[in-house]
Parts: sequence; C-alpha cells; structure tokens
Amino acid sequence: MSTRPIAPRTPRPPGALRLGLSRGWVEIRTFSREWEGVLFTFLLPTVILALFATVMGGFFDMGVSAVDYFLPGLIAMGLMSVSFQTLGVSIATEREYGMLRRLRGTPMPPSAYFVGKTILVLFLALGQVVLLLGVARLFFDAALPTTVAAWATIAWVFLLGTVACSLLGIAVSSLARTPQAASAVVTFPFLILQFVSGIFVPVSALPEWLLNLASLFPLLWMAQGMRAGFFPDAMAGLEPSGSWELPTVALALGIWCVVGLAVTLTTFRWKNRKDG
Amino acid sequence: MNETVIEVDDLRKRYGDTEAVAGIDLGIELGEIFALLGPNGAGKSTTVEILEGFRGRDGGNVRVLGVDPGRAGPAWRSRVGVVRQKETLVPKLPVRDLVRHFAGYYPLADDPDEVIERVGLAHKSRELAESLSGGQLRRLDVALGIIGRPELLFLDEPTTGFDPRARREFWGLIRALADGGTTIVLTTHYLEEAEALADRVCVLARGRVRAIDAPAALDGRAHARATVSWREGGQRREVRTDEPTRVVAELAGRFVDEIPELSVHRPTLEEVYLGMIKDDHAIEETSI
Repeated sequence: MSTRPIAPRTPRPPGALRLGLSRGWVEIRTFSREWEGVLFTFLLPTVILALFATVMGGFFDMGVSAVDYFLPGLIAMGLMSVSFQTLGVSIATEREYGMLRRLRGTPMPPSAYFVGKTILVLFLALGQVVLLLGVARLFFDAALPTTVAAWATIAWVFLLGTVACSLLGIAVSSLARTPQAASAVVTFPFLILQFVSGIFVPVSALPEWLLNLASLFPLLWMAQGMRAGFFPDAMAGLEPSGSWELPTVALALGIWCVVGLAVTLTTFRWKNRKDG
Repeated sequence: MNETVIEVDDLRKRYGDTEAVAGIDLGIELGEIFALLGPNGAGKSTTVEILEGFRGRDGGNVRVLGVDPGRAGPAWRSRVGVVRQKETLVPKLPVRDLVRHFAGYYPLADDPDEVIERVGLAHKSRELAESLSGGQLRRLDVALGIIGRPELLFLDEPTTGFDPRARREFWGLIRALADGGTTIVLTTHYLEEAEALADRVCVLARGRVRAIDAPAALDGRAHARATVSWREGGQRREVRTDEPTRVVAELAGRFVDEIPELSVHRPTLEEVYLGMIKDDHAIEETSI
C-alpha cells in the first residue's frame, strides 16, 4: 500500500550542462577514491621529477639544471597520463561492467557523460601542472618562464595536447575487449612513447627512423611545445630541426584532435560485446 | 482501466542463423506484474532488451508506453525503469550520494532518502556502494531503477543470489510498487517467484510464446486432475482424479482415524512449466 502521490506528467528532462557538471563532480569524487589511479596516473610524473632532480642534480650537464630540463617533458607526460590513460582505462571498465549501459537506460543526455569526463580531465590536468610546477619551484628551485608569450605557448599546448589525448583515450577504450586488455592497450604504447618522445631521452639521440615514427604521435609534439614554453630560446638549437617548430606542433596536435574525434564518434559504444 | 502499456506484434530477431525471437505477440496492461519465463536461450533476454530499447529488431511492431522503443528519447527513458540482470559497477560513492545523483537525471524524481528506505538500505545509506553485499547491491540497483518514478519497470532476474528471507522482503517491495500503479515486467528463473508476484506469466520457448495465463491457470492447471495418495497395507497408493474431495471422503470412511500419509497434490507451476518446455531441453543444453 504505497503512499506515492500521483505525479502530473510534465516530462522536461534536466539540462545537459547541469547534468554534465553533476557528472563531473561524481567523476572527480570517484577518481579521488581510487588510490591506484591517483598513484599511477596523477603522482607518478611528480615522483619522477623529484627523483631526477635529486639523483642527477649534482652532475647534470645540459645547459640547465636537471629539474628545469625534465619539467616540460614530464608535464607533457602527466597531461597524456591524466587524459589518454585515465579515460582509456576507466571508460573500458565502465563499459565492461555495465556502468555505461546503466546510464544509457536513464534519460541522461549522452553529452552530459562527455561533459563530465571533460571536467574530470581538465581538473586532473590543471592539478597535474600545478603539482609539477609547485614541487619544481618549491623544492628544487626551478626557473619558471617569466614572459606572457611563454605562458601563452604553454597554455595552448596544454589545451590542444589534452584534448587530443582525451579523444584518443576514448577511442582506445573501444578497442579493448576487457578492462585488463584496456590497461595493456593503453599503458604499452604510452610507455613506449615516453621513451621516444623526448621525455627522458633527448629526441636528438634517436635514430632517424625512430624519430620519424615517434613524430607520428602526439606526445613528441606536446613535449616539444612545452620545451618551447619553458626553455630559453637559445636551447631551440638542441632540437633536431634547430627550431621549436610551433606551427608544426599546432598542426600535429590539431590533426590528432580531428582524428581522435572522428574515431571516437564512429567507435564509441555504450554496450560491451556480450551485450551485442 | 485496461490500458495497454506494452504491445508486441509478431516480433522477430535473428542472430546469424538462429532465430532468437520467432514471432512473439504480447499485450501487457497498465499496473500488472507480468512475468516472462523460459529456459536459457528461449528469447527472454532478447525480447526484454528490445522492449527496453537496448536492442534493435528484425521485424514486427513494438509499442512501449505508446512509443517505438527503438526510436525512443530521453522523455521516454524518464518514464521507464530498467534493472538489468547484472549491474555490479557503481561509482565509489556513498549509497545516498549515488541515489541523489541519479535522481538528478529525472524530471520527476522521487525523494532519494525515501527510496533508500523503501528498498531497505537506510542503515547503509552513508556507506560506499562497493561495501554492500550482493543482495544489498541488487536493492541499490532497484533503487536506481525506480528513483525516477517509472510508469513501467523492467526487472531482469532481480533476486538471483538472495537468501529466502531477503527474497520475500524483496517481493514485498515489488508488490508495493505495483500497488502504486507501476507496471512491472519481471524475468525470472524462480517459478515460486513468478507464482507469488505475477498477475500473468508468459512461457517462452524457442523464441515463441508457449502460453500466457494467470499462474494458477497456466496450461489448464486449475482444472488439472489432482493426485490423492496415502499408505495402505504397507504400500503407497495413488489415485488421479477430478474429484479429490469425494476420494478423500471415501478414504475417511475406510480408516478408523487418520488416513496414513494422506496428500492431495495438484500440479505446481514448476511441474506445469517443466512439462511445457520438456522438448526444449536439448536446445537449452546446446545453447549454453
């Protein structure tokens, strides 16, 4: 014997933007409770930076201090981590365990889901940059850029790179058959890219064929764009082409945004394979 | 008030060479609890998923709340609740926050605390969803399924893994929802569940409807012969009869006091059901 009142039916579903914000908040709270994710995707770049700055600080010979040298690359790596890695694994998991399908069974507009993911990634990406810059500045006395132009470069590389990697992460989540596979499908290329994109090893040390191969992927261009923002202009000479090539950076990341969006739009599924 | 909520006309769906749904006709009325029974591979899940708008169809007409679920949008979704067979992953949030969040998706959501109370999770409302037991998670699934005050609720094997007491409590919850006017489509493997809850049951086998009727009347069960059995002269005796009362009266005259081991048995829903799907067991075995 229910006391449920009979509601008048005026179906006017809540707006996508408001639901997107609500989803973003849920995403952030959920992420912060997963310590593995926090550790591996969020804190790792900072830990590596602190280690490099400490271990190599005494005998580093690249024209700048170790912390200054590794900071731009590790920011690029951190951005790819919180976008590509986080989304690739989490969406595959949500799909496999029916979370996406549960959402699909509600009147939530699909765009609200993506707004939520965007908020999560932006939150993590900004947090990542603030954490890396903060640790670099406070503990290792890093020399941060002082010109508006340099920060503007950092800002657009941040934005384009994060968007491109996010879209790639969503696309990759559809490739994996299981969440475990997603972890491999995401982590393997990401790890390889870190070693051939100038994060740990200067790209000038790579054989030409490997450099050409690495140039096909966004991480190399993100790292180069970040170096353009953080390094003094004189260091452009250390780049393989002898300059920062900012238009090429913008073009490469822009192309990856378009490719990522196209793949995402054509492959995104709410159901897993078992659901048919 | 015989308003039809679900209308299915010659529904068909094939996977490769297998015709999973081979021409099903159904009509489900407002406020009824309608149970779908059938062995694995009979086409239950496919049928329900088509009605839920999760799966396309190859043929036939389908109207759910007056709309083709294959083309339904958010407004239709807000009137339909879905509790799937297996829904394990929920965000790492406290139960209450999760239900409140889902309430935000619906234009006419119920009060989250009241819904949590109704599914019997009030004492867990501040705990993380992932700390719940299997049965409690199922209740959470139901809470998320009914938070939008659906006019129509799909429940796919909702009590799998429940202990008997939890199952009975759960039945109470389902009845209360139906009393409140919600139409419920229940898929289950538990015959006693269908018997306890359903106004009508539909037995599917090999993608076709075998029978639709009230559980007590299925396959002529109400008029089926009863079996009267007792012990006499060291032996078990048995009579199949249309008049069990007369047989028992006669026996009562033969024995001085109690009739030893007397029982009057009519076919249970389970026996009727197993009889109906007997030919399909071979299929079931191979399809798993």
